[in-house]
Amino acid sequence: MTLNTFIFYFFSALAVISALLMITRRNVVHSAIFLITALLATAGIFLQLRAEFLFAVQIILYVGGIMVLFLFVIMLVNLDVAVRQAAFNRQAWLAILMAGAMMGTVALAVWLGRASVHLPPVKAGALEPNTELVGEALFQNFMLPFEIASVLLLVAMIGAVVMSKKRI
Amino acid sequence: MVPTEHYLALSFVLFTIGVIGVLTRRNVIIILMSIELILNAVNINLVAFSRHLGDVGGQVFAIFIITDAAAEAAVGLGIIIAFFRNRSTILADEMDLLKW
Repeated sequence: MTLNTFIFYFFSALAVISALLMITRRNVVHSAIFLITALLATAGIFLQLRAEFLFAVQIILYVGGIMVLFLFVIMLVNLDVAVRQAAFNRQAWLAILMAGAMMGTVALAVWLGRASVHLPPVKAGALEPNTELVGEALFQNFMLPFEIASVLLLVAMIGAVVMSKKRI
Repeated sequence: MVPTEHYLALSFVLFTIGVIGVLTRRNVIIILMSIELILNAVNINLVAFSRHLGDVGGQVFAIFIITDAAAEAAVGLGIIIAFFRNRSTILADEMDLLKW
């Protein structure tokens, strides 16, 4: 097993285990910490896939931005009551059953249709200076979606302010 | 070189864990965090195919999805704060104002 393969399996195991811990912990702060671990493991997988720019974006934006926002909201809402209440709702077993059925259906469909999918072989080194290529794609082919994303962020910002303001 | 199918399997497992989290938990903040996990699983898929096809478009789409996740988290947490101020609960099954 080469180092590359080992890094992939290490980070996948870390991501899956911390995701499982995230949805089972009773304390919300523990869940947030395990979600941060899962996101960092995903960042490691991005780095293993040679997507360096996305690795940096994942850490700065997800772990540094979104998760801090989550932790702030967790501090704002009351936690002492919620820790003592039941963590799962009444239809939890049915929900797990249905999610397992969905997983089984998709896995079965992929397994049955595997003969009809022919992916071309992996092109090595096609994405090589990564940040430059992502930047060029963002500002040339994806210029309009890029601008629309900035409008979306503006709308989200105004929406968040309006939502959390006491009197408008 | 790890085959692309393994990335797809990892993404699939993380997606299912996220769906189970959304469906089973009562706390709205954990439901939102599970949605973040689902979006993250999709990103792994996109980046794996980006490497496989040698096309940078998958990574650009992953950046757009991260932007979307940020917007969704901001608005969703704003809604949670507004709801907690009015009803002083963050449990999903006690949010029954529209239930008859």
